[in-house]
Formats: sequence, structure tokens, C-alpha cells
Amino acid sequence: MSEATLDVGERSEPAHRASAGSGEPDRRQPRSRPTFRQRLSQWDVKYSPYLYIAPFFILFGVVGLFPLLYTAYVSLYDWELADDTPTFLGLENYVTLFGDAQFWNALVNTVSIFVLSSVPQLVIAVFLAALLNTKLRAPTGWRVAVLLPYVVSLVAVGLIFSNLFGSNFGLINSLFEMVGLDRIDWQANRFASHIAIATMVNWRWTGYNALIVLAAMQAIPKDIYEAALVDGAKAVRRFFSITLPLLRPTLIFVVVTSTIGGLQIFTEPKLFDARPGLNTGGSSGQFQTITLYMYQSAFENLDFGYASAIAWVLFVLILAIAMINFVITRRLASTGEDR
Amino acid sequence: MLVTGGALAACGGSDDGPAADGKIHLTIATFNEFGYENLIPEYEASHPNIKIEQTKTGQSAPHHQNLLTKLGAGSGLADIEAIEEGFLSQVLDKSGQFNDLKEIGPADVKPERWLKWKADAATTKDGKVIGYGTDIGPVAMCYRKDLFEAAGLPTDPEQVKAMFATWDSYFEAGKRFVDNSEVAWFDSASQVFNVMQNQLPTGYYDTSNNLVIETNAAIKANWDKVTRAVTEGQSAKLVAWGPEWNTGFKTSAFATKTCPSWMMGPVEGNSGPENAGKWAITDAVPGGPTNWGGSYLTVPKQSKHPKEAAELAAWLTAPEQQIKAFKAKGPFPSQLGALDSPDLLSLANDYFVTPNTAQVFASQAKKVERAQFKGEQDGNIQDNVIAPALQAVEQGTAPDDGWKQAVEGAKKLAK
Repeated sequence: MSEATLDVGERSEPAHRASAGSGEPDRRQPRSRPTFRQRLSQWDVKYSPYLYIAPFFILFGVVGLFPLLYTAYVSLYDWELADDTPTFLGLENYVTLFGDAQFWNALVNTVSIFVLSSVPQLVIAVFLAALLNTKLRAPTGWRVAVLLPYVVSLVAVGLIFSNLFGSNFGLINSLFEMVGLDRIDWQANRFASHIAIATMVNWRWTGYNALIVLAAMQAIPKDIYEAALVDGAKAVRRFFSITLPLLRPTLIFVVVTSTIGGLQIFTEPKLFDARPGLNTGGSSGQFQTITLYMYQSAFENLDFGYASAIAWVLFVLILAIAMINFVITRRLASTGEDR
Repeated sequence: MLVTGGALAACGGSDDGPAADGKIHLTIATFNEFGYENLIPEYEASHPNIKIEQTKTGQSAPHHQNLLTKLGAGSGLADIEAIEEGFLSQVLDKSGQFNDLKEIGPADVKPERWLKWKADAATTKDGKVIGYGTDIGPVAMCYRKDLFEAAGLPTDPEQVKAMFATWDSYFEAGKRFVDNSEVAWFDSASQVFNVMQNQLPTGYYDTSNNLVIETNAAIKANWDKVTRAVTEGQSAKLVAWGPEWNTGFKTSAFATKTCPSWMMGPVEGNSGPENAGKWAITDAVPGGPTNWGGSYLTVPKQSKHPKEAAELAAWLTAPEQQIKAFKAKGPFPSQLGALDSPDLLSLANDYFVTPNTAQVFASQAKKVERAQFKGEQDGNIQDNVIAPALQAVEQGTAPDDGWKQAVEGAKKLAK
């Protein structure tokens, strides 16, 4: 116990020295041996800050970092649920995964649903925020109204929308028929199913994002707009040259969070399936997303190694796409300094 | 580290040690409806030292997922766990983790209490009994008398029997029906195929646990028959258990339905009062009598009170209690004593045209010759591979492509 503590103390020493600056004499070799009380107060100064921030890092380690790393470990094994002796496979799960047609199908579905939901969602959210930012009667009422879908339970949303998009008795097909359009089999047609699921996502999240954007809009100083007005800029010009660039940090935040959420989409496609409980995402995987495939591998096929490999590929994918989005958003909403 | 360690440990062990009230606490985990709600207080009243807590999961799949996970974890299971027949082989595989009820159960509970095929299915190769049978699902056929009449099909029970003699005659009648009606013949291809599949001596596996979906010609022959009927427009293309399927009953979207005993509830509930007196039931099942579904009560080795748990399980699966459960929620008894009981046979359901529905199912149950051997992933293949593949055919995929999808999916699951 004491040895371990000492060890830690010594290891942290160089960092301490570096931060304290170089010219100072080494405090760890005092002229005379310090008393116990002195040493105690030294430790207090040195280690207490770490102790104070420790709860977060310990919790993060236990519920965040450990599962992440353990998943990576499991992904290297042929690990069946309740298996006492998993077999080490190395990277074989990953090799199988990259040759797995079902995985690529799920990847395409995920990206397609993500694009169909995120892009319209952000565009509408920004314009909705712009509308909410004008002089409205009962502004709080409007703001609460756009947030309402977000409050509704996701399961209820799933049930209602899968009824609306029912192939035989759904309301939307009935409306289509009334205006003379063809019925669409929302479950069978791959693209149609993506639109239906994206609608579910958009309905739920647009208002939420609009409020975040609205908050950022209201933080933009009024005098900039006044100056632009004096210069003769019209409303559209003011929006694109002032509002949008100044929203940049907020837009980046919204884009990154919706990327993380959008690529992990699970509940919506699972509830959309006509057959409750099915994980295949339609009869032939028309709308099986990566997370749904991961869930199927783990809890239906009980292949935890493979599911862990999917989880890690998804993790890396989200990081990559979030980075790309970050760069694109920065370009799009640039302040114009480099022009 | 110490702080979190302590917190985690505190989450774990609350059900150890003697209960504060000095009673033995038993837990029982079931899914869907077993009809035990009134039986449990009855047992507690006659056994003052026992306190029972029932956990109910809505659907079968999450219940078994939880069961298999906790078997793996080595703790967390209830004293009595219900197991559906489709998952039985996975449990028999791990029979070492369950108590042999022959050993710890009451001495007077013998396999002879149950239909032979029901008891056999829960007996391991070395003779251990790991589950007491609860209910079964003897299959009958439900049909809409009014729709038959409207399409000019005979409705006299004997003539219906002739029409339902074989699958060929059934689908022939279906062709005739859809030519004369706006309504489909059956609800969903997979609901018909399930019964055909259950009639085969073995399922998707042979008895030495090899996947035989490709080599067993009978499976493909059934597939061809059903999918031909689909291309002829005989299917209402409703996905079983989904919202549109429920609506289909109410809007009279189909004229016949494969009817295991437990289907009576959904047929009545979904069709609604406006269709009362229109559904008839016949014991003429194309291809012969068979069983679909049914469960067992097991006592995992994790149980702290296995003897008491076995005693409770034995009581719950005794004929008298099973009849009460049937009256409450509809799980059909699997015990010979119950199947012969006038108490059961006199039960009638006014909703249906056919009097004495209980008699129909009781006689069907006795005609079943064996429980089909179901290999490890059998239930999984049925629900998650075959049903979606048949749905794909209903959505327009060519039957041969659908078959390819089914075979590939089954192989992937079985590997």
C-alpha cells in the first residue's frame, strides 16, 4: 500500500517540476528531514486538487472509459454470451465485418437516414429560429410549442408514426390515395422507409435544435445589424453575412451532437418495423441501421465479440464524420476574414 | 476507488440472507400471460411461511434474453423461471444449471401427469426433468363463416373439413375464394408456414443438431406451396403481431387463420364485438394435428430455496390450477387430468360460432403424436429469418430470391 503511494508520488514528480519552472532547486531533497506535519501539508498542496476532481474521473473511468476499452478487448475474441472460455481471434472479427454484406447494407442505411434527417433538420431549425427571433406575440408560447415534440416519449412517437406510415391502413397512404397518388409500401421500399424514419427524427429534434440556435441568435449584438442596415444591407444579406457566420460555434455544436445521435439511430427503426421486436430492420434489412445490427449480433445471435467489433467501427466512424462535419461547418459559416 | 467499489457492491446483494418477516421469499418470472395472478395469493394463504413475488415480462423474446444473460452471469435469476418451447433446446444445452425436478420436486409429481410428448420435450438425454409443463398450443383452424358464404364456399362443418383436408386442398379452396372475393384467404404467409413447419417430424435441425434447411426437401416444398399462394393473392400480407395485423382482423381482411389455442384471445380481441358470431373453429387442420407453443416452469440452480420453488411449480402446474389459469388468461392445460376434466370440456366461448371450443382443442392436443425436435437456433430461425423472408416475398421479392435469403440467414445464425 505505502509502496504504491510512493511510486505514484515519484512518477508525478517530473510533471510537477516542469510546471513549477526549471530554475528552482529540487524541493524533494531538503536540507533537513521534514517533520510528519510538514510532509502532510506538502501532500495536501500537491495531491488535494487531484482528489477534488477525482470523483468525475473515477466515474468516467468506471462507466465510460472501462466499457470502451473492454469492448475493444472483447472484440478480439469469439465471445458468446455466457461463454467461460472465449477464443482469441485477433482482428478476425474486423476482417469478417468488412466482408459482411449486411454490415455495408446497414452502413448505407445509417448514412442515408442520417443525411435525410440531419440536413433538413438543421436548415429548418435555423429558419425556425430566425422566425422565432422576429417580434412575435406570446414568444414563450411559440418557443414551448416547437419544443413539444421533444417532450413526447420516443416510444409513443414510434408507435404513432409506424401507424401513420402503415402500408395497408396507414393515414398517409390513405391521403395519397385521396389526392390520386399511388400507395407506397413504406416497409418494403428501402428509400421510402428511410424517409419515414427520417421524418420521425426530424419531427422530434427540429424544435430542440431551433431553440439552441435561437439562443445563439439572441446573443448577437444588435449594433452589427444596425450598422449593416445603415450600409443598405437587405434582410437576406444580413442573415447570410451576419447571422450565419456569428452562429458558427453553435452550429458546430448542433452538427456534432446530431452526428453523434444520428449515426447511432436505433429506437426509431426498431419501432418502425411492422413486426414488433424484430431486429432485421424490415423484411430484407431495408432499414437496418448499424446500431440495430450491433444489437442483433449481441442479443439475438449472442455473438458479443462481433457486436463489440461493430461498436468500435461505429465509434471510429462517428469520430471521423464528426470531424468532417466540423470542418465543413467551419467553412460554410466562416466569418469571412479570409476573403 | 473505495467509494465507488462500495456503491457497486451495495447494488448487488439485496436478496441474500433471511427475510425480515421470517418467511421464505420465492420469486417467479413469467412472460405474456400465465394466469397466475389469483393463484399466487391462494398458495400463500395455504402456505403461511411462503411469500411469492411474480415478475412479468410482456414478450417472450426479452424474457429469454434476460434469462440467458443471467444464466451466464451466474446470478440474478428468479427461483422459478418460465421457459417457452422454442428456447427449450438452448436451456437443455445448459441443463447443468437447472435442478432435476425428479430429484427435488414432490415425489407424487410424475411425468405421467402430462401428455407424453409434453413431458418428453423437457427431459434430458440422461433422464433429468428440468421443467414442469404449463400450457400447450394445440392447433385448430379459424375461419369466417360469413365471408365463406359471401364467396360461395360451403360452410357446413363436414364440407369445410373436406376443404381443409390437406394443404393442397386448402390452397385450392383459397384460390377459389380470392377469385370470388375482395378479401384475402389467410392473414400472413409466415402464420401458415409456421404450422406447416411444426407438422414436420424435425424442425430446421435434425436430431443430431445439424442445420437441414437446405437438405430437408419437405421444408422447401412447404415454402413453395405458401409462396405460390402468395403470388396468387391469397395472403393479406399483414405482418403478424403488428398494428396492421390487428386492424386486419377488425376490417375483415382475411377469411381463415391458423389457430393455436392461445390465438383465441387475439382473434376475439382484435376482431372486436362487431365481428362476434362470425368466426368458426374446426379441428380439421390441413396436414394433421400439431402443436404450436407452450411453456415450462424450471428451477435454476441459482435458487436459494429449490425445494420450496419446485413445490410451488408443481402446484401451479397441477390440473386444477391449470384450468383456473386457462379460465383467467387462456393458456391451454397440458395435463391429462385437466384435458379430461368436465370442468374444462364444458367451457364454451360465445364469441365463436362453434360451441365447445375447449373440446376442439382438448381433442386436438391428444392427437398430437410428438413434440417436434427443435435445434438450438430453431425458434430464432423461425422468427427472425423465415418470417422476414416470407414477408419479403409478400412485398414482391421473387419466391426463389426469398428462399435464398432464408437459407443464407439460417446458415449465418447456425454457424
